[in-house]
Amino acid sequence: MKILVCVSKTPDTTSKIAFTDGNTKFDEAGVQWIINPYDEWYSLVRAIELKEANPAATIHLVTVGNADAEPIIRKALALGGDEAIRVNTDNSDAYYIAAQIAEVAKQGGYDLIFTGKETIDYNGSSIGGMVAELVDSPYISLATKFDLNGTTATVVREIDGGEETAEVALPVVVSCQKGMAEQRIPNMRGIMAARTKPLKVVEPIAVDALTSIQSFELPPAKAGVKLVAPDNVAELVRLLHEEAKAI
Amino acid sequence: MSVLIFIDQSEGHVKKSSLEALTYGADVAKQLGTTAEGIVLGTVTEDLAALGKYGVSKIHQVSNAALNNVDAQVYASVISEAATTSGATVIVFSHNQTGKAVAARVAAKLKAGLVAGACALPNTSNGFSVKKTVFSGKAYAHVNILSAVKVISLNPNSYKTVATEGTAVVEALAVTVNEPKVKITAVNKITGEVPLTEADIVVSGGRGLKGPEHWGILLDLAKELGAATACSRPVGDAHWRPHHEHVGQTGVQVAPNLYIAIGISGAIQHLAGVNRSKVIVVINKDPEAPFFKAADYGIVGDAFEVVPQLTAAIQKMKAGA
Ligand SMILES: Cc1cc2nc3c(=O)[nH]c(=O)nc-3n(C[C@H](O)[C@H](O)[C@H](O)COP(=O)(O)OP(=O)(O)OC[C@H]3O[C@@H](n4cnc5c(N)ncnc54)[C@H](O)[C@@H]3O)c2cc1C
Repeated sequence: MKILVCVSKTPDTTSKIAFTDGNTKFDEAGVQWIINPYDEWYSLVRAIELKEANPAATIHLVTVGNADAEPIIRKALALGGDEAIRVNTDNSDAYYIAAQIAEVAKQGGYDLIFTGKETIDYNGSSIGGMVAELVDSPYISLATKFDLNGTTATVVREIDGGEETAEVALPVVVSCQKGMAEQRIPNMRGIMAARTKPLKVVEPIAVDALTSIQSFELPPAKAGVKLVAPDNVAELVRLLHEEAKAI
Repeated sequence: MSVLIFIDQSEGHVKKSSLEALTYGADVAKQLGTTAEGIVLGTVTEDLAALGKYGVSKIHQVSNAALNNVDAQVYASVISEAATTSGATVIVFSHNQTGKAVAARVAAKLKAGLVAGACALPNTSNGFSVKKTVFSGKAYAHVNILSAVKVISLNPNSYKTVATEGTAVVEALAVTVNEPKVKITAVNKITGEVPLTEADIVVSGGRGLKGPEHWGILLDLAKELGAATACSRPVGDAHWRPHHEHVGQTGVQVAPNLYIAIGISGAIQHLAGVNRSKVIVVINKDPEAPFFKAADYGIVGDAFEVVPQLTAAIQKMKAGA
């Protein structure tokens, strides 16, 4: 069995969000980069667990990004996975990225493609669905559980107001979220092994980007908190009702 | 040229987030000087013609019971075919669980640029640019769509539903409905609860509540307000509350009218999921809790004392006292 895990580099969750170049570029100064948490904690770890249960399985990681992404790819390889592929481009259009991953997927003939539920920077939640469409596979989004029985997967996924259990024959594309697995910390052996695991760099295929970011904007700052004494909750209720019109 | 809006339904009822999408799509159509049409899949018990009051002139219906469960692959093929035959150039979804999966597939199928998580009408003065939330609500991006056909998924709770007069023509649409490759074996809907992303009011608890056995005071408040309940990540991790209630950067992102945070410190990762809420109330015994900086109203006090009093005060207000 061959598993492809999509990993993406995102700013650390505590990063200060600021922009440069007339609000057209994310300010990377002082930013720590991490593996997108959904990719790391859920898709990658679940893939590793599947390989632990079936050592014949292979795990490939794919990142669409420039050379700055290599440290997080090594970190991902330290957690597990056999080799990584980096598609060398900076483009941030979801369709462009999905087309690159779909190309890698077609070349590699994977049974299972995992993505995270979304990236914590662009929050599109769209790569998994697009890849599935481009490789003509079924797509299970927002999965919280994934089990394999031969070539049939049983998946639990979040739907509006609840959850759904589904069965699907491989190949399938799955977007992963909380519940799939528990976060792991790479150990020394993993870190050493990751240094020599293959990291292939491929050039992107020619595809049109269908969107481009024109500019960024920060939300207006809050005016400041109005404090109400703890023995005067009626005043809070009045403010919420009359001033904020929220209740 | 027209705008096609996907109307998401659950058990025959149109979702609130779809009414927002309908209003939004109708406004996009007005902007472009064209008409707005809806598409609904599966069996619906509601009066679809009445959805005309949100500004759509026509609703295409594929009332095939096989479409009652969402299969992203089947849905995408039906919606793409409908979009092509109706000549739609803009396709609007809600960025809810269904929309996230289906909009992406439709966009890829039609080679249409996608803005996922839009929060305002497009700016068409110079191209076609749509504002969306990025960095988990910490910022916005204006994204240009470069393709002829455009797909937009609208963040729930970010566009106000407006109902006026009007009825829509409901037309059965003949399209190919493929056999789904995914077999749904069980559906488990939490009934009687307000879906978190659609809720007007969210009452949320953190580690300050000390344990699941203390959630009663929070649930009482939520019940009084008709609110959905949420929690911080450690609370979800410790299984004090179900996973799906975890809000924040790595959980659900919400944007209700009112977010009440009880015993939550307001870590940056928590704020990322809630800072688009219109009004934030923080109840925390620590005056230095970072959450107060992001709040509109606050009480520095013990949740175990303040929350029951708050519930009682709201009850009293409602009773007109
Ligand atoms: C990569 C990453 C991603 C993360 N993603 C998320 C996320 O999505 N969502 C999220 O929530 N967190 C997230 N976190 C965790 C986050 O950093 C915080 O640890 C977490 O939000 C804290 O939860 P809390 O406020 O419930 O608990 P605490 O920080 O322990 O705060 C408890 C608060 O309760 C108050 N309190 C105690 N007793 C009382 C009382 N009797 N009455 C009133 N107040 C009281 C205390 O003063 C304190 O402020 C993430 C962390 C990382 C590293």
